[in-house]
Amino acid sequence: MGNKLHSRLTTASGPGDMTRRGFLVSMTAAGVAFGFPRSSVAAMDPAAADGVPITPAGDAFEPTLWYWIDSEGQVNVNIIRAEMGQHVGTAIARILADELEVAWESVHITHVDTAEKWGTMVTGGSWSIWQSWPVYRQAGAAGRTALVEAAAQKWGVDPTTCQARDGAVSDGTNSITYAELVSAGLERSFTEDELKAIPLKPHAELRLVGKDVTALDIANKTDGKAIYGLDAKIDGMVYGVPMLPPTRLGSAVSSVDESGAKGVKGYLQTLTLDDPSGTVPGWVVVLGETLMAAKWASEAIKVTWNAGDTSGVSEDDINERSRQLIADGTTGAILPTETPDTTAAFDGATDVLEAEYSTQTVLHFQLEPVNATVFQNADGIWEIHTGNQWQSLILPTLSAALDTPADKIVMRSYMLGGGFGRRLNGDYTVPAALASKALGGKPVKLVFFREDDAQFDSPRSPSVQKLRMAFDSDNQVVGMEHHAAAGWPTGVLVPSFMPKGVNDEPYDPFAIDGADHWYSVGPHKVRAISNDLANKTFRPGWLRSVGPGWTNFAVESFMDEAAKKVGIDPLDFRLQHLKAEGYNAGSAPNAVGGAGRQANALRRVVEMSGYGAADLPADTAIGIATTFGQSRTMPTWTAGAVQVHVDRNSGRIDVQKIWLAVDCGTVVDPDSALAQCEGAALWGVSMALYEGTTFENGNVSDLNLGTYTPLRMIDTPDMEIAFIDSTEVPVGLGEPGTTVIAPAIANAIHNAVGIRLRHLPMRPQEVLDALKA
Amino acid sequence: MIEFKINGRAVSVDADPQTPLLWAIRDEIGLTGTKFGCGIGMCGACTVHVGGRATRSCITLLEDVAGTEITTIEGLDAEANHPVQEAWRNLRVPQCGYCQSGQIMQAAALLQDIPNPSDDDIDAVMTGNLCRCMTYPRIRKAVREAATAMSGAKDNG
Repeated sequence: MGNKLHSRLTTASGPGDMTRRGFLVSMTAAGVAFGFPRSSVAAMDPAAADGVPITPAGDAFEPTLWYWIDSEGQVNVNIIRAEMGQHVGTAIARILADELEVAWESVHITHVDTAEKWGTMVTGGSWSIWQSWPVYRQAGAAGRTALVEAAAQKWGVDPTTCQARDGAVSDGTNSITYAELVSAGLERSFTEDELKAIPLKPHAELRLVGKDVTALDIANKTDGKAIYGLDAKIDGMVYGVPMLPPTRLGSAVSSVDESGAKGVKGYLQTLTLDDPSGTVPGWVVVLGETLMAAKWASEAIKVTWNAGDTSGVSEDDINERSRQLIADGTTGAILPTETPDTTAAFDGATDVLEAEYSTQTVLHFQLEPVNATVFQNADGIWEIHTGNQWQSLILPTLSAALDTPADKIVMRSYMLGGGFGRRLNGDYTVPAALASKALGGKPVKLVFFREDDAQFDSPRSPSVQKLRMAFDSDNQVVGMEHHAAAGWPTGVLVPSFMPKGVNDEPYDPFAIDGADHWYSVGPHKVRAISNDLANKTFRPGWLRSVGPGWTNFAVESFMDEAAKKVGIDPLDFRLQHLKAEGYNAGSAPNAVGGAGRQANALRRVVEMSGYGAADLPADTAIGIATTFGQSRTMPTWTAGAVQVHVDRNSGRIDVQKIWLAVDCGTVVDPDSALAQCEGAALWGVSMALYEGTTFENGNVSDLNLGTYTPLRMIDTPDMEIAFIDSTEVPVGLGEPGTTVIAPAIANAIHNAVGIRLRHLPMRPQEVLDALKA
Repeated sequence: MIEFKINGRAVSVDADPQTPLLWAIRDEIGLTGTKFGCGIGMCGACTVHVGGRATRSCITLLEDVAGTEITTIEGLDAEANHPVQEAWRNLRVPQCGYCQSGQIMQAAALLQDIPNPSDDDIDAVMTGNLCRCMTYPRIRKAVREAATAMSGAKDNG
């Protein structure tokens, strides 16, 4: 990512006057005759029962801002990433501890609060390990170098005769611990250039990376001690619930009648939010002494709105708009593929294959509904207590909303009860901040009930894609086109982040990545189209794998369709076109090997699954698919095979087994890597078969689990996952497993019963309809 | 004032009797290990034991638990070493962890009712608990491991 571009996203807003609109509320303590005392702290150290990170004993040695070592040899590693189930702090700390040569038992982590010095704080895109790898290795190596040099100087020996291991330096004769060296006083810091010049350990000498470990955050997640945003507790806080306008944008409150709430015990007041940041137009917040007082009051309060102009928009409207935009060849951005102009290839083609694929709206439904607790502390700093994935994106918005400089706002780090991309958009912190501001900085805990969380999710946009492939008279592929239209999360929330296509039009890489695949197909036109109706109806979100979750459904279904059209097995067809040459040769450091590594992953999953060889019962078959994970700049070579049985009577698709082969370069934390792939693959199953909603009257039509039906244990298939041995740069694992599942299932269904499903989710009724057709 | 026992201690809560038990436990008593997910009893994140039965605290009213004995994740075992918790740690089940209090409480109740559950029993009971990180394969194995550990402990003792 463009770190400089994003380094802080500061706003120009000045200090302003901190308006306090005297909504002073008298509060009585909610009555508890017997309670358990509990302090209010963030979850900075997920291994500590109280969330409080360790403090250094004596003076600490801090060679870079990423960690310190104290006089007892304890190491604290600072983590800027959010913990949302990836065990990210453990993996990053091991990268550092390995180079530093300390015992794992002496390592602690701190999920830091927002402060300018940390630079961009974002947890998404499957980036964390990939981006941290060079930084934390260098940092660890710097500390080791300084400690070795200090020991060598003490002994009057050449540093190259010394060795560091397990938190101690020795030269064969003398030995001294890091603790002793730090106690004796050690000062050495490094410039960026010095850091870059420090040699890193060869791969064969990595002692923690790649070795099994229990992640530091696990124990507290089995006894109720892990502290999530919803657990934030501030003395004197009141509770709030939002009342949401009829449209995400463009609605305004016309009247509020709170008379019905007057009798609700504990009801405090209703706020019509005035939001200078424009994030929550038309929102109302109802406050109470308890959460239920606020909730019950909100049910008795009548708000009327002037609805925005998207109040009648349906999923069909959005998809029709996508089709119009695709049909209009002048729209969209053309990606910089090797040869984007396909005109001649298609004009001269003997035959053209064409298909349309579509995917439905998907909710994040992260299990902890969005929430935030906000107050102004004694130092005048606004404290935002919440779980969040992109602090650097929302801080400028909060600055605008509070009319306060960004350096007067701090976000405290909590565990996230699921992220999956939802908390990249920190919009939910804004109404909490505005409510607290309206109360003069009193603590307000704003909680979204599930229905509110779902209604104003930043969902995965519905998508429509048209794919075309040109063949010559020998049935050879001579060109390909991919036209994809959807709501653009980056276009809406971070337009400055968008690169430009060859036609100088900007595009959202997250809404098109995957379409620019590693198959050699001759001229290849990839056109990314922003659906303006989607963008104004809802806030398109980044949802686990984002674009590659739909683009690969299209690409990999289409590869099977194309193979069958020309009478070649889909495996052979793919391998013929995955050639590590030219544009697809790959490059150092992130994509060494190129298409060859993708082909290798595919061959591996075929071996594992017995695709093409297995003797299976009637209406049962294996389908395959392969992707490069999230983007060409950081490819995670991924291949999947799925065995399904299709019940011709009910239309039910039974996923019997999943195989995954993944080449992510170096595997840093093997068990967490496996867990990420397990979860990602099952998200793939869930979005392929079980979950999807539709827009009706401007909002999603499914708000809770009565009708929204993510995968449950009973439909969870067996899985076999293999990581391909590699010493290359570690790339991402949070999302790639998701991307191969839907197309592999669609291909398996075709192999089993001969029907081609081109819409997600694939529901039993669609199977029955296709079987009849 | 609604009186009951929670994790072996007597409490008296002065809140609206219609308050869902979940919020009384979290916000009045201050035990936040029990989580809020859907509010309609369909995700299981709020599962506690009332009189030994797995109960969805988000749809159970405070007034209905007067005089009962309630156990939350914090009280399942004094040292957090219930065999289910041990299995959860051994198999490194949690990812984000938000649903796991409910999963563990549901699994503990399951093993009390059915000490040696079949795979189908595990699926049938545990399918009521949503895990959005999709840790289902590990939950399945952990319930099995805990069942084995508990039946072994019984055989030995």
